[in-house]
Amino acid sequence: MYNAQMVIYEAEYQRLTEICEKLLRDSMARAVFLVDKVGQLITSVGQTANIDTTSLASLVAGATAATGGLANLLGEEEFPSHYHQGARDSIYIALIGEQLILTIIFDNRSTEGLVRLRVKRAEGDLKRVFSDLSQKASAAAETKNNSLFSEITDEDIEELFSDTF
Amino acid sequence: MSFINYSSREIILKIVYYGPGLCGKTTNIKFIYAGTNPDARGKLISLETKQERTLFFDFLPLSLPAIRGFKTRLHLYSVPGQLFYSASRKLIMKGADGVIFVADSQRERMEANVISFEDLQENLAAYGYDINTIPFVIQYNKRDLPNAVPVEELRARLNPDGQFPDFESIAAAPNGPGVFDTLKAVVKMILMELKKGGN
Repeated sequence: MYNAQMVIYEAEYQRLTEICEKLLRDSMARAVFLVDKVGQLITSVGQTANIDTTSLASLVAGATAATGGLANLLGEEEFPSHYHQGARDSIYIALIGEQLILTIIFDNRSTEGLVRLRVKRAEGDLKRVFSDLSQKASAAAETKNNSLFSEITDEDIEELFSDTF
Repeated sequence: MSFINYSSREIILKIVYYGPGLCGKTTNIKFIYAGTNPDARGKLISLETKQERTLFFDFLPLSLPAIRGFKTRLHLYSVPGQLFYSASRKLIMKGADGVIFVADSQRERMEANVISFEDLQENLAAYGYDINTIPFVIQYNKRDLPNAVPVEELRARLNPDGQFPDFESIAAAPNGPGVFDTLKAVVKMILMELKKGGN
């Protein structure tokens, strides 16, 4: 259980990014982020230059986890989406399957209804890619093909800290 | 749950600071923020009340140099320590790769340490983790205070078999002894665990 890694390969990263780009155009959004439930950013597209994407991913996952906690309190399994409306920008957050959170930031060029509709269309595509990815990752784990870590030495670990702290 | 992105060539590790209320979890993270090369750290997020109580979590992303061509990023989280924030604590444990338990050395906080330690074990179990297998380090904080109990007493309650690496610290001191040692220890344990294949 401990080593339940999430692994993103180049091919799936490209496919996920393309789906997000299409969603960005179709929903007339400012930016689209795909985040995992632990708070790690998988991909982002659109106007992201002025956004701290690492912080955003962590806070989106936190807000989604808290929303899920609220749902459980009420006897609901999940609230599959939540929406925060701002004076200028709004944010729409939707759960995709068990592990992904799709986050769309949009302004008054779009509407919540349009975003919600386009998210529904993207959902199936994202799930398909993620399912392929999961199969690939578990196949790699079984064959120990994903042994990126097996070559790590004690010296590598020591050197990690030398310049940082 | 480590996160490996072959596209951006990065590995992300999630480390959670756990412990009773006001034991110094946020102080640890703030000290690490202050002591880290500005190029290697992201923004520190602290969701806390006006009384310096963590309401939901603290979050600090750090970038370490590349290892085998992969950038190593650490995502440090701290949980709210007060007992009644149990639901939030559990949420934050999701996907943790390693845990640092910060114990408060003050005599009057001994029971709070023990209760928090038990709470941690329950929350780990809720995600299928076991404290004996997940990378786990204990930090005895506030060693400078006059009412700090001897380390042996803390060990007897929290680490009686000596199975967990443990460190003494003063996270609030200007040079924060023990803070980086604790973090390095858990990162090493996580990487060694990943090297083994995590089984």
